[in-house]
Formats: sequence, structure tokens, C-alpha cells
Amino acid sequence: MTSATSTPVRTRRNLPWPIAFYQTAVGKKWVMAVTGIILLGFVLVHMVGNLKMYLGETDLNKYGVALREIGGDLVPHTSILWAVRSLLILAFVLHIHAAATLTAMNRKARPVGYKGGRHYVAANYAARTMRMTGVIVLLYLLFHLMDLTWGNANPNFVHGEPYHNVVESFSRAPVAVVYIIANILLGIHIYHGAWSMFQSLGWNNPRINAARRWFATAFAALIVIGNVSMPIAVLAGVVS
Amino acid sequence: MRVHLKIWRQKNARTEGAFAEYDLDNVSHEMSFLEMLDVLNEQLISGGQEPVAFDSDCREGICGMCGVMINGEAHGPQRGTATCQLHMRKFSDGAHITVEPWRSRSFPVNKDLSVDRSALDRIIEAGGYITAPTGSAPEANLIPVPKEVSDAAFDAAACIGCGACVAACPNGAANLFTAAKIAHLNLLPQGQPERWSRVVRMVETMEDHFGSCTNYGECQAACPKEISIDYIAYMNRDFVKAQLKNRRLIAQRG
Amino acid sequence: MTTETVHQTISGNGIGQNGSSSRLNARIPAGPIESKWDTHKFNMKLVAPHNRRRFEIIIIGTGLAGAAAAATLGEAGYNVKTFCYQDSPRRAHSIAAQGGINAAKNYRNDGDSVMRLFYDTIKGGDYRSREGNVYRLAQESVNIIDQCVAQGVPFAREYGGLLDNRSFGGAQVSRTFYARGQTGQQLLLGAYQALARQIALGTVQSYPRHELLDVIVHEGRAVGVVVRNMITGEIASHTAHAVVLATGGYGNVFYLSTNAKGCNVTAIWRAHKRGAFMANPCFTQIHPTCIPASDEFQSKLTLMSESLRNDGRIWVPLDPTDSRSPDRIPEPERDYYLERIYPAFGNLVPRDVASRAAKRMVDGGRGVGPLKNGVYLDFSDATARLGRNVIEERYGNLFEMYERITGENPYYTPMRIYPASHYTMGGLWVDYNLMSTVPGLFVAGEANFSDHGANRLGASALMQGLADGYFVLPYTLADFLAGNLGQKVVPVDHPAVKKVEAEARDRTKQLLSINGTKSPEWYHRALGKIVWDYCGMGRDAQGLQKALSEIPALREDFYRDLRVLGDGDEMNQSLEKAGRVADFIEFAELMCRDALQREESCGGHFRTEHQTEDNEAKRDDDNYAFVAAWEWQGQGKTQTLHKEVLDFEYVHPTQRSYK
Repeated sequence: MTSATSTPVRTRRNLPWPIAFYQTAVGKKWVMAVTGIILLGFVLVHMVGNLKMYLGETDLNKYGVALREIGGDLVPHTSILWAVRSLLILAFVLHIHAAATLTAMNRKARPVGYKGGRHYVAANYAARTMRMTGVIVLLYLLFHLMDLTWGNANPNFVHGEPYHNVVESFSRAPVAVVYIIANILLGIHIYHGAWSMFQSLGWNNPRINAARRWFATAFAALIVIGNVSMPIAVLAGVVS
Repeated sequence: MRVHLKIWRQKNARTEGAFAEYDLDNVSHEMSFLEMLDVLNEQLISGGQEPVAFDSDCREGICGMCGVMINGEAHGPQRGTATCQLHMRKFSDGAHITVEPWRSRSFPVNKDLSVDRSALDRIIEAGGYITAPTGSAPEANLIPVPKEVSDAAFDAAACIGCGACVAACPNGAANLFTAAKIAHLNLLPQGQPERWSRVVRMVETMEDHFGSCTNYGECQAACPKEISIDYIAYMNRDFVKAQLKNRRLIAQRG
Repeated sequence: MTTETVHQTISGNGIGQNGSSSRLNARIPAGPIESKWDTHKFNMKLVAPHNRRRFEIIIIGTGLAGAAAAATLGEAGYNVKTFCYQDSPRRAHSIAAQGGINAAKNYRNDGDSVMRLFYDTIKGGDYRSREGNVYRLAQESVNIIDQCVAQGVPFAREYGGLLDNRSFGGAQVSRTFYARGQTGQQLLLGAYQALARQIALGTVQSYPRHELLDVIVHEGRAVGVVVRNMITGEIASHTAHAVVLATGGYGNVFYLSTNAKGCNVTAIWRAHKRGAFMANPCFTQIHPTCIPASDEFQSKLTLMSESLRNDGRIWVPLDPTDSRSPDRIPEPERDYYLERIYPAFGNLVPRDVASRAAKRMVDGGRGVGPLKNGVYLDFSDATARLGRNVIEERYGNLFEMYERITGENPYYTPMRIYPASHYTMGGLWVDYNLMSTVPGLFVAGEANFSDHGANRLGASALMQGLADGYFVLPYTLADFLAGNLGQKVVPVDHPAVKKVEAEARDRTKQLLSINGTKSPEWYHRALGKIVWDYCGMGRDAQGLQKALSEIPALREDFYRDLRVLGDGDEMNQSLEKAGRVADFIEFAELMCRDALQREESCGGHFRTEHQTEDNEAKRDDDNYAFVAAWEWQGQGKTQTLHKEVLDFEYVHPTQRSYK
């Protein structure tokens, strides 16, 4: 008979356009790519800002204050910062939600795996571990917030003194190691993500295809080197 | 040469399967992989055992009927080669070879190594065509197609629909198959009138049956026609564009 | 001209006006050849759009002819059911055609026309096809290209965006449209996609993995089919107002051929046993450039495009005992036999001539390769002359395919090639409307005998399949159905249907119950050897007589010693194979009988007794310018031969010469 012996994995519903778009896997991947770009931007700016640490205590602390004062007197105090934070939170939530629902969809798509094992040809380590690195980076992010934003994971936390807090935090060797490992995993996550987003958005052209890989590698390397340098610098006593 | 085979045996979609192991002597280097299975089957029949069911038809790499997982790789170790064109000279004497059917929720096992891939037909039925009733076609040369466009469309149209992309994808996604068909038709001038509805309908049908693409690239490596995942990017772009284009057109119609 | 029917003529079998059997009315429309089809289209009855949904049509096979017909008829509004043994309609063996498709578009401005394509096809067919049919084919060829382009078939293009053409198979005009080396695939995908659209619309119901077991004929008309679901083993009947067989050729009767493993004769053979006449079964085509068998386990042969002969030189060593590797054999000790025997055409002689010459070399002990079963096709001169880049550009993908299969690199080692069964011109007899001798049973594509005579031109098979499916059947089926408006289909529980279904079940049970020792594959291989040896490239009375005694013996052994394991109510590939081999064995006998009857050489049929002094085919137009149509007389009885005499009003037979 015409009907397939296989039945659809999911059923379609009639929903308003943006939700319907998000209901599709291609739409979800598009959302992941767009939120990924936002998060990449955040990671980059965050790193660049934090590198002020090397300029000394005053510079870094001023940077912290400046973040709160974006917009100057034109808008209420910290409102732009909160707007950016809201966008980031939304990006995080969507990125994670999309990843989780896609994973669920993919699990359903192959309920019985290969009993004789798989041999991967093209899928690199980064691509295959996106879920793992993603989850670990998320846990690390929570720790990072507790450590340097809220202070509850940092016994010597002083509100409004980021330089002091960073040095205090990284001086604890185990914490520094956590930072280093987490940032390497973040780099691995970015190595695939920053390439993959071009595919998901459909930004491809034989002329730029090679550059996409190059971009992702360079971006990941930049983030890892910049971020990892800081705990190492503190541990090595370069920054204190 | 000799080979040691570990082959998935399963009576039908409703029963559980398991690996069975066979030794095969007198395998010639010149044999194709499927001819080696033919020899195994002749040996099984003479020993009173049921032969291994597997699909094949043209045996020249174009019909897309064959395809099994060989040592964890769709269509086996040779790139750009369907199972029927894989030859035993690619294996060493005494090799251990594990043979398993394609695995996907939408590819239920018919028997042994044969699976039901009709979900792929559903994707084509959803929009993988150009509506051109017989007799209504204009003179062929009225539609010039730039050679580069025609060649790119052909590269996508080379898809043989074997399902190796689904089998190889860690997510069980059929994006390469679907993207290849969409690109073939959406690149051509003849395909423009249905371009946006085609991509939406085909993608939605694809997702009814299969997993999602997370850009592993395994499909491209497994594809016997070496179709590029660039076409998946092309499909993604068209799908997003279609969201806007369709809405505007629908709105214009009031 | 002989007018009697040979062998046991049944009484009352009258002779028509032109000497043809009165049982064979080809219904060629009267009038000048240019207007026959147009006149006929006007004269045929129509079915109004609102009445079409009242008709059921069954189509067996979803290759070019079947898929094209199903898509077109579904679009028109008929209720269509399609059946194919593959797991998707898209996989039918039309997909493997490489070279291209002919059409009389004359885009090259090199003198092509409908008349010239018609002329070339009749001549190429060695004057054994019908002028009326062939002219229609040439006419419709131009519409096919339009249709396929509109469907999105990515034909090769010029830089200006217009369609490219090439000359193919020695044709003197460039009329072949092509899509790289995968023209068949692209055309079939076009037809399949049109079919898929109809399936989605519900006008066509598709039954993949279903195999035809029998044709139901009731009160002198084809009313349905019995099919087996190849996954569940369920045997069921489907009834309709008309049945179309588009099931391809029977090249696998040779066991080794370029056909797909599943290609079989069952559908047309079952129809034959239900009353459809089988025409010219001995007309088979051998393709000269295939990769030779490498061992006894070889399951099929792979064709290498004929275009290779444009630059490759064919040779064998002069000395049969020469066992040196080809690069060590010096020029004077090589025999470029095609260039020697046919100085004018050289390596580009037609398929049958090239094939027979290769056979003579191998039979004479001068074959090359480990099994001494091939001849060299050497590109070293062309590479030296044109450079490796040019050779790579022209043949790169073929060289790659050759290396994949043989493990040898043709850039350094000459290819080895040998002829293999490729296409069958014979098939069920049909009239101008493509209807067989059983009313309501239509036959399209390679499954019928109609358009290629004794030899098919390169790039014409795709043309015929699509012409039949898109542009002939939709008219002629309507004409047939129009007379049946208001008639109900025979219900599937009708005793006549149940009887045929029960017989099919019994045959299946019989195959499963023999419980002997030999596999279906063994019998197929044994049959293939007999047919290839005695009814292959060269045939003679003695050999054919031998085959006619060996085949029935093989049949007897088959029903005594066959082993099919497993059950009938599940997927059982041995059972499928056994059913096909059983029919091939019976068919092979008729094929040899037809070859024995045809005391002449023409096209692909070469009787060694009938050759010119230069070893060329010697036709006998006085006695054999007829279509041999065989009527089944029951198991164990010899079929009756009916003749449809061929008239040549426009193309006058001449002897071919390629010297």
C-alpha cells in the first residue's frame, strides 16, 4: 500500500508563524545560530573587557562601573546593561531549549542504535560532544556567576571590586583549573558552533566556505587563549 | 581470501534481531561485496539455512536499492561508492566484517539487512517535483538555463535516494536527501514558481519522519554520489526566506 | 513471400490481405506516413474529464514508460494503481541508462528531421520494425524533450543556456540530448516526480515491493492482476478496466547481463500464457563495451559507455599464446582487428558488428585477461595525441568506475571489454495502439516489441519508453476505455479472479514444496549458460536444437530438485527468484525456437549459416520481412507462429556495409 509502514515521529499543529517556524528543526537551528552569534558576541566582548585586568586594578574596576553607566544620563541607571543582560538570558534560554528539543527529536529518530558500533568519518570530536560541552559550559557559567557576580561562591567577594574578586578567585588553584578546563571546553563548543552556524543560516558560498572553518578555529582559539591567560596569569603571579 | 562475517539477522519488523557469525572461504578479491553475500547465501542454502535478505538491484551504483552498514560505515569504507560497487579487494585476508541494516525510526527492518525507505518517497510527494502536466510544456529552448546553474542542479540531482545519509547521520536526519532534491529544483528557472512552497512542505514532511541536522558532515562522507552539505545550507536559507516570502504573498491576496 | 504459419498451425488461422495472419491486426492508420498519427488521434474516441474517474487502470512497472503513463493518466483524472518490485518507483532499471535520448529537434542545424530519425531507426533496426510506429516515435521525440525540460531534467547545456547535443552511436547528426552519463536516471526522476505528485493527490495509488504473479483474463479481456506483497507475502488480486505492462526487457535470460538483478520476464510471460502473443523474442541486443566477467561468482555485468570507442583502439595480441602484459607487447604483434577489417568505420562500427568481431577473437583463443574473455580497449595513443587532461575530461568518470570494479587503472593499463546482453527488442506483440492480442492489455516500453526491429539504435530506448508513456498510451487507452463507459470492474471476489489467484498461490506453494538441493540462482546460471552459448551473439541450427533439448531438461530438473527455504508469508528473496527463473526457463525455450525459425541474420540476431563472405549479417527480405508472433498453446505444446508481414513504403531495405 501507499502508506509507509513507518509513522511520522511527530504530528504537525497549526500555530502562529513565529512559533510554527520555531517548531521546525530547521527553524530551531536557525534560532540556535542567531542566538549563537549573540552569545559569541558576548563571549568576545566579555573577554576583551576582562583583559583590562592586565592594565591594572583601576582600569578593570572602571570598566565594571562603565558597564553600569552605559547610556549615561539619557536612560535610567543600569537600564542598558539590563537590556543587554535580558537579551543574553533570552539567547541562552532559546539556545538551550532548542538544543534540548532537537536532541529529543534526534533520539526519537533512531530508537535502535547500531549494535555493531559506528565508525565516524567526518564528525569531529567537537561536533560529537556539543551536548556535553554545552552542558558543562552552562554549569560553569552558573559557577562563574556565583563566583564573580553574586559572590556566594567566593568567600572574599567584595561587591564592586572586580579586580580584587578575580585575583582572590583565581588564586585558589582548583578554581583556576576549573576556569581553564571550562574555557577549553567552551573553545571546543565554539569550534563547531561558529562553523555550524553558517550552515544553519545558509551562509555558504564556495568562496567563503574555507573561510568559515578558519573563522571558527580562529575565534575559538582567541577566546580560549584570552580567557585561559587570566587564571594562569594570576596563578603565575603576573597579576596579583 | 577468507572473511569472518557478523551479519544482522532479523525475521521481520516485529521481531527482535541479533548478529549471526559466518566464516567464508574462497572469497575472491575480484568479487563485489554483494557477490560475496551471494556466495554466502548459496553456502547457507546448501547447508539448509535461510539466506540473508538484502536489497540490491542495478548493481552499478545508480538505482539506490542497495546499502548496508559495513563495519560501522554506511556503504562501507570506500568513499563515493555504493555497497554494490564496493569490492572485496578493499578488505584484507581474514578480515572481520560487521554488516548491519540502516538504522532509523523511519526505516523499519523488513528482514535481515533490508529496510523500508518509503518515508523518503513521502518527502518527494510533498513537493519534490515541478508541476508540468504532460502536453503543457513549452518548447525546450524557450527556457535558457545558465550552464553553471544547470551543472549545480545536476550535482544535486545525482542523488540516488539510497538513504545512506540518514543511516550515517548520528541524528538520523534526512537533510542531505531532502536538500539535494530541493536544490535540484529550486536552482532551475522551471522550479521557481513552486520554490517557496516546495521547501516548506518538503522540510516539514522530512521532519515528520527524521531527525535534525547538527552539521556533523557524516552524510556527505557516506554519500555514494558525494553530494555536498552546501546544499543543506542552501535549503536552510530557502526555508527561512520562504517564511517571509509566503507570508507576504498570502497577505497580498488579502 | 511465405504466407503460411509454420509449426503446428491451428486450423482456422486465416491469412490477412498482405499475407499477415488474420489474428494480427496492427491497426496502422491509413494515409501518408506524416499524417497517420494525427489522423488517428482525431479518429480515436475520447473520455470526457468528468467520466475519467470512473475508470480504473493498473500499471505494472514504474520505469520510464510506466511512470510516465501513470503520471499522465493520473493527471488526466483516471484512477491509477502502479506496482513495482523495487522499494520505490524511482529505482526501475531505466535509471541505469547512460548515454542519452534522441530527438529530432535539429538544434544543431545539421540536417536532422522527423523523417531522418524515422529513417535511421528503421535502417538501424535492420528493416524489421513497423514504419507507422517508428514514424510516430520520431514525431513524439521532440515533445519528450519539451516535457522533460519543463519537469526540471538537468540536460547538458551550452554556455548560452541552450540545450547541448551530441552524436551518439555513429549517428551522422547530433540529435542526442544527455545529462552527463546519467540520462536515464534524470529522465526517470522526472517521471517519478510527476508520479509522486499524483500519488500525493490521490489519483495514483503506488504499490512498491509488489510483484506480478499473473494476469487475469476474463471473457477475452484483461481485467486485472494477481500480485504478491514482497514484504508480507500476501497474494491479492486487483481488477481494473485496463492493464498496462511496462515491465522492461528480458535480458536477464542470459543470467549475466547489464540489466538489474531483479529484471525479469514474468509479467510478459504470464500475459503470454494468458493469450498475449510474444513477438520476435530472439531479437536481443548485445552491447560491445562491457567489463568482462572476473570469476564464476559474477552476478552482473557493467556497461561502459559506448563513447569510449571514439578514442579507444581495440586490439588483441596476434599470438594466442602471448601472455605478456599489454604494455610489453610491441606494436607489430598487436592486431587492431576492427581497424583492419573495417577500415572506413574502424573502432566505430555498429554495436552488433563490434560485438561479433570481439567474440570471434575470443573464440579464436586470442582473448585477453586472466580468463582470456575480453579484448583490449587502449587509450595510450589517444592520451599521447590529446594529452591526459583531455582524456580525463572526456572519460574521467568512466575510468574511475572501471578502476573501482577491476582495480586496474585505464590510464596505464588498457581496459578489457567484452560484449554483454543489454537490451531486448522482442517483447509482447502490440498493435499501433500498443494493445496486445488480449483486449484491455497494453504493453509499453521495452516490454513490447514495437519500435526497434532487430536492433535498437543508441539513445532510442529512453525515447521509446517516454513516447509510449507520455504521448501514446494516454490517447490509445482513452480510445479503448471510451467503449467501456458504464462497465463495472470485475469484483475481486469474482470466481474468475479467485481461480487465477488460486493458481498463483499453488505455484508459490509448489516452488516451496519441491525441497530439492539446488538454489534458484544455480538454475538461473545454468540457464544463462545454455542461452548465451547457443542463442547469444552467434546462433546456428545445431546449437539451437541442442538448446531446445537442454532447456526442457533443465526445466524438469528445476521442478524436481529446486530448493527454496523459508515461507511464502514473509519476505523471501529465494522464492521471488525461483518464480522468475521458472518463467525465464520457459521463455528461453521460445526464444531459441524463434531464433531457429528465423533463417536469416538481421540486427542482433546472427545466424552463422546466414552471413556474407565478410562475416556480415545476411538478411532475407523475401522470406523473413515479418514479425514473428507466437501464440501459447498450453504447457508442453509448441507455440503457434503467426506472421505480421512488414511493408516498407518509405524506407527501402538495403544491406548494411561498414567496410
